[in-house]
Amino acid sequence: MDITQDEYQDEYPEKEQKATGKAAPEKTVKARYGIQEAATRLQTRRAAKQRMIFFFFRGAAIINGLALFIIVFFMVKNGISAISWEFLTQVPRSSMTQGGILPCIIGTLYLSVGAILVALPIGVASAIYLNEYARPGKVIRIIRLGINNLAGVPSVVFGLFGLAFFVIYLKMGVSILAGALTLAAMSLPVIIGATEEALKSVPDTYREASLGLGATKWQTIYRVVVPAALPGILTGSILGISRAAGETAPIMFTAAVFYTPKLPDSIFDEIMALPYHIYVLATAGTDIEATRPLQYGTALVLIALVLGMNLIAIVWRSRLRKKLK
Amino acid sequence: MSDNNIKMASEHLDFYYGDFKALHDVSLQFRKKQVTALIGPSGCGKSTYLRCLNRMNDLIPISRVEGKILLEGEDIYNTSWDVVSLRRRVGMVFQKPNPFPKTIFENVAYGLRVNGIRDKSEIEKRVTESIQQAALWDEVKDRLQESALGLSGGQQQRLCIARALAVEPEVVLMDEPASALDPIATQKIEELIHELKQQYTIIIVTHSMQQAARVSDKTAFFYIGKLIEVGDTDTLFTRPRLKQTEDYITGRFG
Ligand SMILES: Nc1ncnc2c1ncn2[C@@H]1O[C@H](COP(=O)(O)OP(=O)(O)OP(=O)(O)O)[C@@H](O)[C@H]1O
Ligand SMILES: [Mg+2]
Repeated sequence: MDITQDEYQDEYPEKEQKATGKAAPEKTVKARYGIQEAATRLQTRRAAKQRMIFFFFRGAAIINGLALFIIVFFMVKNGISAISWEFLTQVPRSSMTQGGILPCIIGTLYLSVGAILVALPIGVASAIYLNEYARPGKVIRIIRLGINNLAGVPSVVFGLFGLAFFVIYLKMGVSILAGALTLAAMSLPVIIGATEEALKSVPDTYREASLGLGATKWQTIYRVVVPAALPGILTGSILGISRAAGETAPIMFTAAVFYTPKLPDSIFDEIMALPYHIYVLATAGTDIEATRPLQYGTALVLIALVLGMNLIAIVWRSRLRKKLK
Repeated sequence: MSDNNIKMASEHLDFYYGDFKALHDVSLQFRKKQVTALIGPSGCGKSTYLRCLNRMNDLIPISRVEGKILLEGEDIYNTSWDVVSLRRRVGMVFQKPNPFPKTIFENVAYGLRVNGIRDKSEIEKRVTESIQQAALWDEVKDRLQESALGLSGGQQQRLCIARALAVEPEVVLMDEPASALDPIATQKIEELIHELKQQYTIIIVTHSMQQAARVSDKTAFFYIGKLIEVGDTDTLFTRPRLKQTEDYITGRFG
């Protein structure tokens, strides 16, 4: 119990103190069966083992944080030179080697907001049905299986589905609407999953209290259960959408085009979008090497947008949590 | 006593959790403006019985009820009964205080709102009265807009009682309402039960013989899903008819 002691005490000061406080008087009592010695011997080994395991766990956690840090650092380092007021507020010029990326920013925002507007109500409604109303049975098992599998479908398949169904079959054309619907379809399983988790974490005692006062099931759900689950629902949903908003594959056939100088004025317009713009500049631009800074700059804006959405979700959640306390 | 003094009754009630029979042929009557205590060792079915009286067990999908439960002579398990209105008429206070994560005011106003009372001053009046009735007013009158989760356990439990009283139930079911409370809070709740008796029919589950003796008019002793003995509390505690009852109340088992 040499170095370990300090190390351990750092993390659990009060616990360790309790333990030593207890151990002291025990020594004065004659230990039976030599258990005191055995425990002391074991203690050293146990402490070492614990230290090793925590070391690995801490390492795993640090790697996570590091990954984000490296990605952001890399983007900032390469892209910051491209960022300027002009870059954020102008349309692209000279075959997209000059000018800004305003249409892409607006396009991605429209797509995300559209996807939220569609996916949030449908996803939350499905989750409420599955978690609060449905009696467990075969039908529910099949629906769940469907949802789980939907989560595993590659994004490019969603893109092709969007093209075939929304763009061609429903005659929406390549448009914000078709793209938002495709993104919505893609984020539905995430939203349903997050909402179900949030609903499950609402204690049954709330439901019983509400029903016991003569509230109907629906009143119980919308006055007690959903408000209590709201922080979880919102964060889960926004995280799901922001994940989808950064994808290229679902929008490249359904909403985004190579280039359009015109800002959209209806949901049936085609648009430019950040992820697709990066893809275009990096693989099919007129001068791929010369536009490297623009590519990184665009990527930086995309990351900022996605992190920004997540940040909003987190701030929103903590606000709501405080209100519930 | 004549029949119309009986507020609630169960007749030959059997209850099942799936294949497990938790209650065997329980017949009991509850008189108006009386307190009935349900006692018995842990797991004997007191909570199960109590939760049959407002059909809270309906929430458990595998459960099944046989026999009758009558409220003012009508069978509440009859298919034509509206469960929602039943639960308003037969209120419940749970073992663990379970206030909503809302303000103190909103907790008590909740039952009024869901039952269709819109008028603001009416709600305010009733919330105030209920909190006063639950002997909580002086402690919370200045913090009605604060979260109920910030109250102590005993205060939370009295808030839950206020919440139950606000919708003016006819019967109040209490499942060990004082089990998580200190002696002072417990005493407050017992005094409260005495007050409430003037107006309500009360059925209370308790593990404390002293509490049963202090608050109740009638006591019913349950053992392994069966009603063993029921009678006036004084009689049951001083001259129990059955040996089983005597063993339990003298602490020889359970
Ligand atoms: N949801 C449930 N599903 C299956 N069995 C249950 C369920 N709830 C209770 N039981 C069983 O029913 C029996 C009666 O339980 P109940 O909770 O009514 O006892 P109790 O008298 O209230 O006990 P306690 O004094 O500990 O609260 C017990 O054997 C218990 O295991
Ligand atoms: Mg119980």
